[in-house]
Amino acid sequence: MNEEGNATAGRSSAFVVSARKRKLQKITKSAGESLLFLVAAIVAIIVLFIFYFVARDAIPFFQIRGFSEFFTSSEWYPADDPPRFGALAIIYGSLMVTAGSALIAVPMGIIAAICLSDVLPFSMRQYVKPVIEMLAAIPSVAFGFFALVILAPLLQSFGGPILMWTWWLIATPFLLLAVIVSSELLVMSISDDVRRQQVQRILASAFGIVAILLLFFVGRGLQKIEILTGTNALNVSIILSFMALPTIVSVSEDALQAVGRDMREGSYALGATRAETIIKIILPAASSGILAAVILGIMRALGETMVVWMASGNSSHIPDPWFNYLESVRTLTATIAGDMGEADQVTGSARFHVLFAMGLLLLVISFISNFISERIVVRQRKILSGQ
Amino acid sequence: MKTVNMFRRVLFGASVFGLMVSGNAMAEGKKLVLDGSTTVGPLAKAFASHFTKTTGIEVTVSESGSGNGAKSLINKTCDIADMSRPMKENELEAAKGQGVTPVQNVVALDGLAMIVHPSNRVKGLTKEQIRGIYTGTVTNWKDVGGAPAPIVVIQRESNSGTQDSFKELALDGAKVSEKAETQASNGAIKTRVATTKNAIGFIGLGFVDRSVKALPIDGIKAEVKTVKNGTYPLHRKLFMYTNGQPKGDIKKFVDIPKTPAGKKMINEIGFVNNY
Repeated sequence: MNEEGNATAGRSSAFVVSARKRKLQKITKSAGESLLFLVAAIVAIIVLFIFYFVARDAIPFFQIRGFSEFFTSSEWYPADDPPRFGALAIIYGSLMVTAGSALIAVPMGIIAAICLSDVLPFSMRQYVKPVIEMLAAIPSVAFGFFALVILAPLLQSFGGPILMWTWWLIATPFLLLAVIVSSELLVMSISDDVRRQQVQRILASAFGIVAILLLFFVGRGLQKIEILTGTNALNVSIILSFMALPTIVSVSEDALQAVGRDMREGSYALGATRAETIIKIILPAASSGILAAVILGIMRALGETMVVWMASGNSSHIPDPWFNYLESVRTLTATIAGDMGEADQVTGSARFHVLFAMGLLLLVISFISNFISERIVVRQRKILSGQ
Repeated sequence: MKTVNMFRRVLFGASVFGLMVSGNAMAEGKKLVLDGSTTVGPLAKAFASHFTKTTGIEVTVSESGSGNGAKSLINKTCDIADMSRPMKENELEAAKGQGVTPVQNVVALDGLAMIVHPSNRVKGLTKEQIRGIYTGTVTNWKDVGGAPAPIVVIQRESNSGTQDSFKELALDGAKVSEKAETQASNGAIKTRVATTKNAIGFIGLGFVDRSVKALPIDGIKAEVKTVKNGTYPLHRKLFMYTNGQPKGDIKKFVDIPKTPAGKKMINEIGFVNNY
């Protein structure tokens, strides 16, 4: 658009610009464009190169050892004789801590973003957002050190009470909301006002007692849990969620801001409350941006190495039962970092190539999730624009 | 002006010539090449910088593992092979075939201490019990005379020479249980054991301090004395193999452990001196 404008402006005053100068302009324009194209192309080529070189060193592993052991066995003994390269437990560990961190970081991040964009006054947001973004500036080794030296012993000595308080803090507001909403919903069909209020009161107190009992007994059950080892999947999930938070908060806050004032004011003009506006108008409109934020945050957690290497415990087994976050796990990234040193690069053994196979797997996972999120964003945009 | 310029030029030329001469002197025979064990590596590097400082002879140290060290010595690509185990039968035969006679020189002794949390009630372990704990057949402290609690087993990463020697000395090559946690250094294991009530780990003798409790094995305490006289079960010798009896500079190098400076370096790195 701008270029056209410039061009017409140039033409109308053509008699001032000499032929030579116009030629020069043309040359600098094409030179500038090709420079920009070159830089963009280099970035794309680098990605392709990484893919190529990782794949080149990964494929020999599958040629030597085949596929089935890598994906179905959880025996990881790369240095033994004979070696075992079962990565199932390691893949599972990676997915487990990523899911755990997403479970913490995604709700927290989105809620924080909503608070920043629609609840806090503007002057306050200017202070809060940089502080949250500062989390991203802390080096991962510092996080890892914190996880190993402070959080792990803390979980070991006060694990039960910590779990109990977390349960109470999270569950109390939700249960309160659930009691109120469910008792109101159940009595909606009663037409008599007085009777409805009576029934609702009875229902609400009954539900309330159930909720309090639930809070109490689950809390007591959690308090009795003794965390055997502090370097476990829970520890890593917590730390990784801290690391993913700034990305999620920052990008989804931008998405929420991008929805614009007109949408919000239109909604208020129709008589919607702030809660209704946020839940029914702003969140759906910003959903593609929020999804992008979530994917970025999850990728940060999946690719993180130092923290998991220091604080996950690195034991290559699938926890028992499978959702037990209190056992230690081993992840793909930590295995690559930890086994790199001794892997014999010169002779090109399976032990060297298996690390590249893991790298390739990580690349493929992030590629697929990027692809899926891209598709969802495109579809969401189509739906929102009414096509 | 002109004379000053001339003077400068001459000075420059002389210094270049001097550099070339000294470089030649270093390259011709006055250079030691070491290759081998990653466990001995830090020690060899400390010796090397000390050796270069005192004699001016350049020393290169590679850490490619004991097996590769032996190979290099047999193929005459190194002067000294660092090894954390004695040479195997087949390596000695291969050496004979190449006209090389490997000679064993002990540089230091290494003891592995089994450490637990200071509050642990276990008084000591047998080698058999350690084997059970690390292979996963013994999972509770009450089975080895402690309070009833699951054992948190901590090992080193697969790169580690300490891990290799532990497997060889304590497990006779058996596989470590999949549930064992892995930490990347002696220091990390010590931190984990010092802060985890039910943990057990192994570290080099030089790393043991009061934050952890080193358990006696088969009734023998992990000490410099017991490692030196060979009664402590988890001990091994670290070697530097030479081709034939060491002579000249090579002899000077492998004799560093006998000097006070050498003993100090050995203790600082966490090994026990043999002399």
